[in-house]
Amino acid sequence: MELRGATKSFPGVRALNDVSVEVRRHEVLGLIGENGAGKSTLLKVLCGLQRLDSGSLLLRGSEAVFQGVADANRNGVAMVFQEQSLLENITVAENVLLGNEGPSLRCGLYRWRDLNRRAQKYLDLVGGSLRAATPTGRLPFAKRQMVEVAKALASGERGHHEPVILLDEPTSVLEHAEMETLFSIVRELRERASVVFVSHRMEEVLAICDRVYVMRDGGVAGECRPADVTTDQLFSMMVGQDLGAGYYHESDQRPAQSRPRLELGDLTGETFHDVSLTIAHGEVVSLMGVQESGREDVARAVFGAVPVRSGTITLDGRRIRPRSPAHAVRAGIGYVPAERKVDGAVLGMDVRENLTLAHPGQVSRGPLLDPARERHTVGEWIEDLRVRTPSQHTPMRDLSGGNQQKVVLAKWLLDPELRVLVLDTPTRGLDVGAKADVYALIRRLAARGLAVLLLADTLDEGIAMSHRVLTMKDGRITGEFTSGAGARPQRTDVLERMV
Amino acid sequence: MKPTLAPAGHHDPRATGRGADEPARPGRAALGSHTFPTPALSVLALIALVMSFVNPSFLSPGNLGAVAEQSAVPAVLAVGLTFVILMGGIDLSLEGTMAAASLTTALLVANDRNTIDLGLWAIAAGCAVGALIGLVAGAAVGLLRVPSFIVTIGTWQIGLGVAQLLFGDTPPRVTDESFRALADHKTAGLPGIVWIALLVVAAGWTLQRYTRFGRYAYVIGGSEETALLSGIPVRAYRAAAFVLAGATAGLAAAMATARSGVGDVGIGTGLLFTTIAGVVIGGTFLTGGRGGVLHSLVGVVVMVAIANAMVLAGVSSYIQQTVQGVVVVTAASLTLWRARRRLRVIK
Repeated sequence: MELRGATKSFPGVRALNDVSVEVRRHEVLGLIGENGAGKSTLLKVLCGLQRLDSGSLLLRGSEAVFQGVADANRNGVAMVFQEQSLLENITVAENVLLGNEGPSLRCGLYRWRDLNRRAQKYLDLVGGSLRAATPTGRLPFAKRQMVEVAKALASGERGHHEPVILLDEPTSVLEHAEMETLFSIVRELRERASVVFVSHRMEEVLAICDRVYVMRDGGVAGECRPADVTTDQLFSMMVGQDLGAGYYHESDQRPAQSRPRLELGDLTGETFHDVSLTIAHGEVVSLMGVQESGREDVARAVFGAVPVRSGTITLDGRRIRPRSPAHAVRAGIGYVPAERKVDGAVLGMDVRENLTLAHPGQVSRGPLLDPARERHTVGEWIEDLRVRTPSQHTPMRDLSGGNQQKVVLAKWLLDPELRVLVLDTPTRGLDVGAKADVYALIRRLAARGLAVLLLADTLDEGIAMSHRVLTMKDGRITGEFTSGAGARPQRTDVLERMV
Repeated sequence: MKPTLAPAGHHDPRATGRGADEPARPGRAALGSHTFPTPALSVLALIALVMSFVNPSFLSPGNLGAVAEQSAVPAVLAVGLTFVILMGGIDLSLEGTMAAASLTTALLVANDRNTIDLGLWAIAAGCAVGALIGLVAGAAVGLLRVPSFIVTIGTWQIGLGVAQLLFGDTPPRVTDESFRALADHKTAGLPGIVWIALLVVAAGWTLQRYTRFGRYAYVIGGSEETALLSGIPVRAYRAAAFVLAGATAGLAAAMATARSGVGDVGIGTGLLFTTIAGVVIGGTFLTGGRGGVLHSLVGVVVMVAIANAMVLAGVSSYIQQTVQGVVVVTAASLTLWRARRRLRVIK
């Protein structure tokens, strides 16, 4: 299987830029790279979820265009999805052979014994003593992952070719011993298939892969054999070159005050453990970590959107227990989520409504909205933030991503009581100019005395935007670096604590 | 859980209950298995237990037969409805569909309004009318992607309208005695409609367990996205579920017509509540993906038994309705209790 000159763009971002890779027979190919480097898009193209804008996909020497996942399956390409795609309410066998039951039906009736026998064949291949007739909902997550692999094998063999199995971050939910099992499965798979293995964790990739592509900014930054390189070399391939300091408005950074604003003490939840950190008035702290590091959940816990098992959250010296986002907002915490289109903005409503959504009190007189005051306030903000919109009544969905994000940020700016702002990859998907505007806005918010907890989209962003950088791995804080104009920590040092 | 340490037993975990390698899930045991309607059966047992003290005649063969007879029509309705609900939809049109099918059936067997006499084929015609109304709903839901809630409110009225047209001035009275005997004639102590209902439930169970349509109902209800990614023609299956629900509503109408002897616009009145409440109490999730035909059958019997028990206990009819409502709301809250936490903002 091979990709030549593959290019794929989404609005505002070029996810793949002239990428050429090849997957050879009987090999385990590794893909590594930072968040947003293009790994996921590459996989989606390979498994038929997305089509290329330009460039070509070659399968066993001839050009192929997949009409969808099912079509890719028929051609022997199957993916194990990162988010689990198994249905809990049917049996393991049905999941493994979903859409592929063919021979197990006679006269339209299921022959369960035959279905179970066929599924069991694939389950035995992945080991883990899985039984075909088990209701899937009864399996623990690690075992479901094995079922996913069996499902991919079954789908891949529909094509009567040697299958290509794509594994997207398969280890993220596994414990160490389970990982070992998965690795031995992958090694066995190599005998009968090609495997593409995507991971954030460097050691894994080096341990299991025959060959590795390093991706950066939508392109391939290098290709190597694990035996020939050191981890340091891979790290520097992953991070690439410096961006100019002006881009991040570094001169606007104001020193933080010494008074703590937000303190987390041994905060523990389902995906994070004993997280302690302090953010002072006017300080920007970025929390760095790969996708499953638990950093998103820490941020959401502060905002009351995920439950906390133990530990404390202290705001301006007073202990708070945010039980819900509404509660957190009342306490003075704002949140800008990554999935802006899902969580942060109501796309069907217009700019004005979105701006005043969370704080109608700012544009009301008594219990009623005051249209004149609303128009005036919103107009001021639109001008101040340079939101490019034809009018206040333009629906949010007609704005570009950057302008949407400015409106979402402005929504929180309206609140004079705001004390903490949690930003979950606020610049993801934005173009360069819009990013710079958002950076400037973050600086302004910090200068107002807000404590900002930033989950940066890239390493550079996290380092350049913050006063301090904390790294997380597997749900725990693993490192702390002070950052500041002219005294930024080394990217490789930070990365090392994350992977 | 380390797979390397997991026992390599060759047993079916369903036979032994919770296996050793399952994650602890409090509350799960209490709610029982999802493949068998244990909770609803316990409710049924509870009703029987309470009634054995309050009014022992509840458990007399005669009364149990009456409960079975009253359950027959809603049970048939519930079989078709179950598949719609398994896929995460809803069919509110039952009463309207039944009205149209009842009139159709009554006017096509020997009756006092016209000279047509198709004999038992009239039942098939009633089912066909129901299926047709179901097809309208199915097409709107499947092809036009309109929410089933509003579509079936519409087809409900369409059914009622058709029935009114057919009704004319006087109710058509069925004169075909063999048709009426279908409902009344007792075999092994139970009237015909109970046997028909049992046959339909058995057919529904086979459909659910052994056909693509049935299995994919669970898949679609569990995750439409996964279903689409697996190349399953989701829309066609959705539409088919509405056709099936329409057909069973048609059959139910024919059964009710045979029992009462007249074609009646109001033949289904009150049955929508009993049926949907029965499906929910049985443990079929309104969100789709869980439950099944047997669940619905037990749920319907529970609803009928509650109504019957309250009559025998001498509860005022005003209170009876309120109690039934409370039971439904409670049951719906309980079945979705576990899902409640999952609805929280992201995991």
